[in-house]
Amino acid sequence: FFYLLRPSELIMVLKIFFPQCCNRADSGLLVGRWITGHDSAVVLAVIHYPFIPSQVKQYVQQSRVELSVLGSWSLPKEGQEGMESFLRDLSTIFPQERWLQISRQMGKMGFTCQVLDRDQSKTRPPGTCGEEEEKVIFIHYEQRKVMLSELHRIENGIPAPKADPPSELSQVRDTVANSQPLFFMDKYDDGPLKSTHWQSEGREASIIVELLKQASVPLCLLISWMLSIWTWICNLRLYPVRFLSSKLSTCVQLSYRTEHMRALCSPKAAAGHTQFMRKANILVSFLVDVALGVLLMSWLYRDDHITALANTLVPAADHVAKELEELLQWLMGAPAGLKMNRALDQVLGRFFLYHIHLWISYIHLMSPFIEGILWYGGLSACLGLTFALSLLSDMVALLTFHIYCFYVYGARLYCLKIYGLSSLWRLFRGKKWNVLRQRVDSCSYDLDQVTLINVAWNQSENKRHKNTRKQLFLQVECVCSPTAFHWDAAVHRPGSCCPPQRSTTSSSLW
Amino acid sequence: MEDEAFTDINGKAISLDCQDHSSFCREFTVSSPKVSIGKVMGYTCSVWLIAYSVFFFTQNTAVLSSAIVVTLVGMMLHIHFVKVDHESLLVIGSLGIQVSYSYASGRETTTFIEMSKIKDIVINEAIYMHQIIYYLCVLLKDPSNSDGVSSVVPLFQSSKPRLNCLVKVYKSCQEILSKC
Repeated sequence: FFYLLRPSELIMVLKIFFPQCCNRADSGLLVGRWITGHDSAVVLAVIHYPFIPSQVKQYVQQSRVELSVLGSWSLPKEGQEGMESFLRDLSTIFPQERWLQISRQMGKMGFTCQVLDRDQSKTRPPGTCGEEEEKVIFIHYEQRKVMLSELHRIENGIPAPKADPPSELSQVRDTVANSQPLFFMDKYDDGPLKSTHWQSEGREASIIVELLKQASVPLCLLISWMLSIWTWICNLRLYPVRFLSSKLSTCVQLSYRTEHMRALCSPKAAAGHTQFMRKANILVSFLVDVALGVLLMSWLYRDDHITALANTLVPAADHVAKELEELLQWLMGAPAGLKMNRALDQVLGRFFLYHIHLWISYIHLMSPFIEGILWYGGLSACLGLTFALSLLSDMVALLTFHIYCFYVYGARLYCLKIYGLSSLWRLFRGKKWNVLRQRVDSCSYDLDQVTLINVAWNQSENKRHKNTRKQLFLQVECVCSPTAFHWDAAVHRPGSCCPPQRSTTSSSLW
Repeated sequence: MEDEAFTDINGKAISLDCQDHSSFCREFTVSSPKVSIGKVMGYTCSVWLIAYSVFFFTQNTAVLSSAIVVTLVGMMLHIHFVKVDHESLLVIGSLGIQVSYSYASGRETTTFIEMSKIKDIVINEAIYMHQIIYYLCVLLKDPSNSDGVSSVVPLFQSSKPRLNCLVKVYKSCQEILSKC
């Protein structure tokens, strides 16, 4: 099916947007705007009788809003019949291309609308049959909500949307939203004109909002000044403190918060709606954070929870140390039936055991102070729950620092081993690492060099062992220890988990 | 106002109500069948039987009270978010189209599409599980390409009427759309 467009069947539809607050307004003149490009009019206010036409014309021309007289509105009260002729005469006083006459009877729901065209100057009420029927659609809009709304244009990354002609409804919305200056006169003002619009009952305002607006600017200036002093202090730090503060998550969190507060308290207003939403987002997340932190504090500081926590901390550390020692004993023996290099086992195992012993004695030394530390650390929760959590994460990292050390030692040894082996493997195949070009080149060796290489290869594998199987398991030993402690590396920064780079190892080797 | 015997794609009876407000303003309402009392009773009985059997083995009264709470909350959520009572399509020539879904709890969601964004209303085919069904949809214009379609808004999604109902609505809509 397809329908041919026959011109005689086209309906001319006139759309009138009428504010709901004017449904009960007294009779008067309609002022508003005709929307260009579409057959529609937006009524913004009703100006009541009695008025002096010259004053109305002056008002319409001088207002900062694009305004024109649209027509007349009549809601006759008792004793006011016979306004029809008066209303029709008004159209001669205010010459317009089209004149709308909208009227309503008290107690009845329906509106009647007549459109007068200046050219033909004959009425065309809706429903008459003719060559071109003109239909009228009456749209009631809630003036306050439309004025306070915001239109978000969908941008798909195409620059075209700016060039598109704005649609009818967005033009209506823009008209209403831009007509704010019109609504500063309410019916209590003694002006030459009395009008009805959504603010005519009195301008809306909230004293709390006004007070907050007045107080916000000096408050923002004060906070941004304090923040600038704080950042200046932070940048004063010496080198080792700077390195430490980049590793500790508490300091990282502090710097994030400072950034957020700086963004919030900047004295200039947000550039666009996205900036505004971002600022509001930051503020709300900060408030939620602080609320949750205060909740945590209220739980923590009652019923002696801190003492209970402190009392479980040292036994927990002891337990972890005991488990670690058992693990090391297991590795030093025959883990999972693998036979390992005994000498290397003993060296590494005793080294790690000594570490654990040192660390545990250190924890025991600190145990009387732990409760105090926890008490004052818990106070930091008032800055936000994330702050308390970052403090907790730092404490856990510090308490398990020895395990992290084990991982680093194991990883370094492994990396050294792999580097040496790969270099010997390349020599074995007749290739060489070109340091200048950072790539592998082929190289021809003499017979003496090749023999020396083979001997060195066997030596590095052999390590004074007769059993050839054990040469392979030497590699396993160097793999086991880093992986056993790898889980702890996840607590610390992931970036530092990776084995050190090739260049640093070469410098340490030669 | 007309009320013929239409069915949806599963064979359940639905009703279509067309209202002619004026020559260029029409409203179509498709009503789904209401929640049947037998189904409700069946679900609650099965849930409570299961809860009672669990209680028989564990002797924990919390199981019974939680089953009651779960049934009530589940029913409330179902009628508020899932069960659609009727869907309506309001076409006003030269202004736009309004689609509204009304749920069994009384909640209504409406979407308004401006006439300048509408390219056409068509009946489209879709593969739905193991069947091919017809559905009515609104094609929206693509701002960058005047002949293209930027997106498709399907209508009457939860009642899913059959082709005879859709053709009736389609013909009425096209009468209005062609004039404005």
